[in-house]
Amino acid sequence: MASLKVLSSLKSAVKVLRVGAVSAVLTGSLVSNIASAEKLGWPEKEELKFGFIKLTDMAPLAVAYEKGYFEDEGLYVTIEAQANWKVLLDRVIDGQLDGAHMLAGQPLGATIGYGTKADIITAFSMDLNGNAITVSNDIWKEMKKHVPHEDGKPVHPIKADALKPVVDDFKSKGKPFNMGMVFPVSTHNYELRYWLAAGGIHPGYYASLEGAVKGISTDTKGLLDADALLSVTPPPQMPATMEAGTIYGYCVGEPWNQQAVFKGIGVPVVTDYEIWKDNPEKVFGVSKTWAEKYPNTHIRVVKAMIRAAMWLDENNNANRPEAVKILSKSQYVGADYEVIANSMTGTFEYEKGDKRSVPDFNVFFRYNATYPFYSDAIWYLTQMRRWGQISEPKSDEWYKDIAKQVYRPDIYAQAAKSLIAEGKAKASEFPEFATESGFKPAQKHFIDNIVYDGTQPNAYLEKFTIGLKSDSKI
Amino acid sequence: MFKQQAVPMIFSQVKQIRIPSINNILRAAALPLIGLVIFLGLWSVMAKNIDTSLGQFPGPIAVWEQATTLIDEHNAQMDKADVFYTRQEERNAARVAQDPTYEPKIRAFTGAPTFFEQIWTSLYTVLVGFVVASLIAIPIGIICGLSKNAYTAINPLIQLFKPVSPLAWLPLVTMVVSAVYVTSDPMFSKSFITSAVTVSLCCLWPTLINTAVGVSSIESDLINVSKVLRLNALSHVTKIVLPSSIPAIFTGLRLSLGIGWMVLIAAEMLAQNPGLGKFVWDEFQNGSSESLARIMVAVLTIGVIGFILDRLMLMLQKQVSWDKSAVLR
Repeated sequence: MASLKVLSSLKSAVKVLRVGAVSAVLTGSLVSNIASAEKLGWPEKEELKFGFIKLTDMAPLAVAYEKGYFEDEGLYVTIEAQANWKVLLDRVIDGQLDGAHMLAGQPLGATIGYGTKADIITAFSMDLNGNAITVSNDIWKEMKKHVPHEDGKPVHPIKADALKPVVDDFKSKGKPFNMGMVFPVSTHNYELRYWLAAGGIHPGYYASLEGAVKGISTDTKGLLDADALLSVTPPPQMPATMEAGTIYGYCVGEPWNQQAVFKGIGVPVVTDYEIWKDNPEKVFGVSKTWAEKYPNTHIRVVKAMIRAAMWLDENNNANRPEAVKILSKSQYVGADYEVIANSMTGTFEYEKGDKRSVPDFNVFFRYNATYPFYSDAIWYLTQMRRWGQISEPKSDEWYKDIAKQVYRPDIYAQAAKSLIAEGKAKASEFPEFATESGFKPAQKHFIDNIVYDGTQPNAYLEKFTIGLKSDSKI
Repeated sequence: MFKQQAVPMIFSQVKQIRIPSINNILRAAALPLIGLVIFLGLWSVMAKNIDTSLGQFPGPIAVWEQATTLIDEHNAQMDKADVFYTRQEERNAARVAQDPTYEPKIRAFTGAPTFFEQIWTSLYTVLVGFVVASLIAIPIGIICGLSKNAYTAINPLIQLFKPVSPLAWLPLVTMVVSAVYVTSDPMFSKSFITSAVTVSLCCLWPTLINTAVGVSSIESDLINVSKVLRLNALSHVTKIVLPSSIPAIFTGLRLSLGIGWMVLIAAEMLAQNPGLGKFVWDEFQNGSSESLARIMVAVLTIGVIGFILDRLMLMLQKQVSWDKSAVLR
């Protein structure tokens, strides 16, 4: 262990030397070289292409572009919509994209080899919350009978207990109860599973023979023992798929829940804010080789995105209407202004006409939303284990090691410090970098009141009634 | 487009006697117009009765509005590009002031491509795919036409691959291109190569088959002449085979280009090549109240461009056809 540490500090020393050498060649003068050692160097790569999926939480990318924050860093960025999460990840891996708006589970899944094996890292968490679970009108009609009401309005949060009789009814008739989520390692998959399981509905395990050998499951269907059958649909196609009757409900990011309300085809029943208050959502992922090749560029990208996130949350969401206007352009999210505005401006419409105030439905900067916490990464890993994507028991150390490989607060800190030095941000707006451990204190606000402590993943897994325990195998 | 079938009408002796009259000219102009008016009428009536979850199906007026919006968006984007370039010069100048060794360069505009730029990308991609396919198909077609044995050997393969949909090829092509085309500074984007290769794979076949048929049905008199003159293989091909089979080859090329254009749209949707196919896909994903009308604009554009490409090929075909009496349409 100690020798490893020495080795890595040696390595970083060599890296510093090398960077120094390159900039010496570039600047050609020793004086400015000394100056640039303190300051952040110029970007190694100036023309970049980033991918995104049409969801409102890509906003930091669009804002950083439109507000010129990327250009302020000397970066010339093209932002391009991708067909689905798989295409997006593959294009980051093979270098067609320099980086992308990713599901928090994607860098983790790729690193442990669930799905495509590749080293993807993240130094920037893009937002908190922002998802919801929607069911079709018919299901809602059945569910509503089991939901407690106050003043003629359903009491939120609605638990999956209300859905259970409907699912049981489907089961007794021998009909499959299908629901949609966006990707096997997506936040939405884990949130939907969490909500269902908290209400006693089994969402099914991922299991495969090869998985038992390798320790990481290769099964991407996850239907073993399932009461509700979950399948993958790209976010923008969710409403259409539910309208076609292929699925009875889905978990997805905005604007695709509000779209269902506008189209009158379904009712959002619960937001992820209610399932887990201030849960981490998307991240900005880049491949590890890319990050090693272009360290200054990476820091500068993170800088621009921190500024964008700050802008999005400034003055109590004062800039949100302008942000919605940007997002509704056809090259970004492209949905109608009203649909995007419904959730982005601090409200959320459940049943048609039942618009409630949810000021933290989309959080981009406050509560340290952009900081890549290890505990966030570990939560996703625990859920991968809970549902069998990780088919073998792992030690607490393993969880922490993987989190540290993928989540890179060191890069984030460099970007933040540079912003503070430039006077573009205040130190008080960031965690105390010198003492921050990367683990949030135990979090209590889950829909089933189970407490999550990121330092003890295996103990956490023991607390669930449904789900694999630390030592169980499929 | 498909009226002209594989067997070319090289030896067609049909000669129509045309008497131009006012009547005919009127008919030529008026009938298509009547057809168009009826179509627009039916379209707007039907559109009113189709309600989708994205609102009413767009009628001709909604589509026209979106067409003008797309033009406005293009102009707005061009203005933005101008601002981008002046801003970039300022930024470059500022950087040179700080860091005198920096060599400023002007980077291309980073904004989203407009509808017209997407049209251009599509055209460019299809032409590259088509030219590559032709360069492969014509020589193989000639060999197949000249040698019965070669034809018998290759024919099963042609029949096997001809009916394969571009969508089946695409995942394979994507993976192969990703694996094979590795450069640090790529001249072409991978999405472009994937789309172009898929187009090539699908538009090889009509050219190949028509060339083979054209070459094998050269008049025996001509072949005998070649034999009498003891022409070597190369001169036989260039002096006898090519001139006499050119009409057939062009028939094949015309069919190929038509197929290539159709295939391209599907390929672009999946390969993310920023052309018309991606435009349609992105608009579908947007799901805004204007999306359907914008897709309809793209549909009509695709149709018009397909038509123009076909006419251009027809003109070429007429130019190179030595039998000017043959009716080509």
